[in-house]
Amino acid sequence: MSAVLSTRGLAKRFGSLVVAQDLSLALPRGVRYALIGPNGAGKTTLINLMTGMLRPDAGSIFLGEDEITSLAPESRVKRGLARTFQINTLFPSLSALESVTLAVLEREGHAGTWWKSLPAYRDAAGEAHEILSSLGIAKDAYRLTRELAYGRQRLLEIALALATRPKVLLLDEPAAGVPKDESADLFEAISSLASELTVLFIEHDMNVVFRFASRIIVMVGGRILVEGSPGEIARDPEVRAVYLGKAAHG
Amino acid sequence: MHSAVTGPHAHLQAQVRWRRIEIAFWLCTLAPFVAAPAYLQLASQIAITALFALSLDLILGYAGIVSLGHAAFFGLGAYAAGLLSKHAWGEPLSGLLIASAVSAAVGYAMSFIIARFRHLALIMITLGLGLLLHEAANSASWLTGGADGLQGMKIRPLFETFRFDLYGRTAYTYSVVVLFLTFLAARRIIHSPFGLALRGIRENATRMPAIGAPSHAHLRKIYALSAAMAGVAGALLAQTTSTVSLEVLSFQRSADVLVILILGGAGRLYGGIVGAIIYMVARDQFSGISPQFWYFWIGLLLVVVVMFLPNGILGGLAKITARWQRKAP
Repeated sequence: MSAVLSTRGLAKRFGSLVVAQDLSLALPRGVRYALIGPNGAGKTTLINLMTGMLRPDAGSIFLGEDEITSLAPESRVKRGLARTFQINTLFPSLSALESVTLAVLEREGHAGTWWKSLPAYRDAAGEAHEILSSLGIAKDAYRLTRELAYGRQRLLEIALALATRPKVLLLDEPAAGVPKDESADLFEAISSLASELTVLFIEHDMNVVFRFASRIIVMVGGRILVEGSPGEIARDPEVRAVYLGKAAHG
Repeated sequence: MHSAVTGPHAHLQAQVRWRRIEIAFWLCTLAPFVAAPAYLQLASQIAITALFALSLDLILGYAGIVSLGHAAFFGLGAYAAGLLSKHAWGEPLSGLLIASAVSAAVGYAMSFIIARFRHLALIMITLGLGLLLHEAANSASWLTGGADGLQGMKIRPLFETFRFDLYGRTAYTYSVVVLFLTFLAARRIIHSPFGLALRGIRENATRMPAIGAPSHAHLRKIYALSAAMAGVAGALLAQTTSTVSLEVLSFQRSADVLVILILGGAGRLYGGIVGAIIYMVARDQFSGISPQFWYFWIGLLLVVVVMFLPNGILGGLAKITARWQRKAP
């Protein structure tokens, strides 16, 4: 099976600190990946490298067959690589609907149009509303983002990414700061996303990881330690020693 | 926004509809003809300053581009219109359009630098570009007349019919109509998909690339549009007063328009207009009392407004009406 998103030998260092080293991955279509590892393992760095928010010192990134290593972040989004942020990165004074409508309009190439009235774009607004509905936050569509409950804002993070119609969705700790009972709902919403969509999520809660991931990538110290099915990861002695063992203390 | 909204379309529609107070405001711009016919020249100056402040609001209030050199485009428009009329192109409307195009072109060229910076760096760069242009105009006295100002402008009557008279009848009518038309354009820009994208940049510049937005291209576009608008204001001043002095490019003018916008309230379309009315009337009154010290009062006004109404006069009013509406029903 050909990969939708792949990396070859990605490396990044800040001064003498190596944050990513020889990262090679191939994510096939429709697979739900969990990216786990202790703090400082380089998980967010990997997402930043993939999405172009950081430039790698070495290595290359491919979306399908196309190399995207030197593309700007917005061009990668246009080609189907979307992400969310660990800390809410939203538009506080826009309503939820306006925010998602903006993302739809950017995707359709209408966001540079200054001579037409926004309400004329009924389809974009309608689609935005549908996306919010599909995540169960349609009730809050007309409220300002900053007035939304925190858990709703986490869902809006995902809604914004979905509005770009991604092939690959990278979720940086989607449930960060969300209480445990709500985080299950959030992952239910994620697991009900379109089955052809490739999803990679960073998550610390092992119950969630083993319940929702079909594959797991373990990172330690800027390297990929191992990649495999949940069963393989659970049995892997190295993972138990290096990661799961330590996590039990932390 | 708290009223019952029935769908996504209605939600967006509710924000662009004309409010009664807006219509009332624009009807009030006719009042000077009746209420203060002796002050039409001042009213014309206010309309021009309001237009200039509106152009700054587009970049500062909506896209978050702080500028301390916006007079560059005002001055370019003024000199372009002045030079055209001096060299036998005295027809005002086409002069206005050409002047605006000149400002837009220079604005677009500069926008490639502007779009790459934010905050303090932006203040320094806009300030520097403004100073550059001011000194360039000063030293090119063969073209601009330098410190003596541009001499020998000949503006033709508007539509070959209405002369720019001493009382400012034509001047005010011309200025206020151009202000209104430009305002309509600005209002449309703000309520367009592009306007939403600008608010996106202002609200969170980090998120924009992550939803596929070419932020730099957006910023370049609004900077050029704003420059075009500032150019129209400058051209209006040149045409209605038949003079252009170096002052149109001065740092003072850039600073004044920033003060006016902050006073009125940035990011609200009407902030620049309200600010211009208060500022210009205050200057007219205070300078009558003590011509040397009128900036003292402006300084005091600015400190008081920023301390008690951090979002300007309109921001303060919006807060009060919101509180009042919540109590009323």
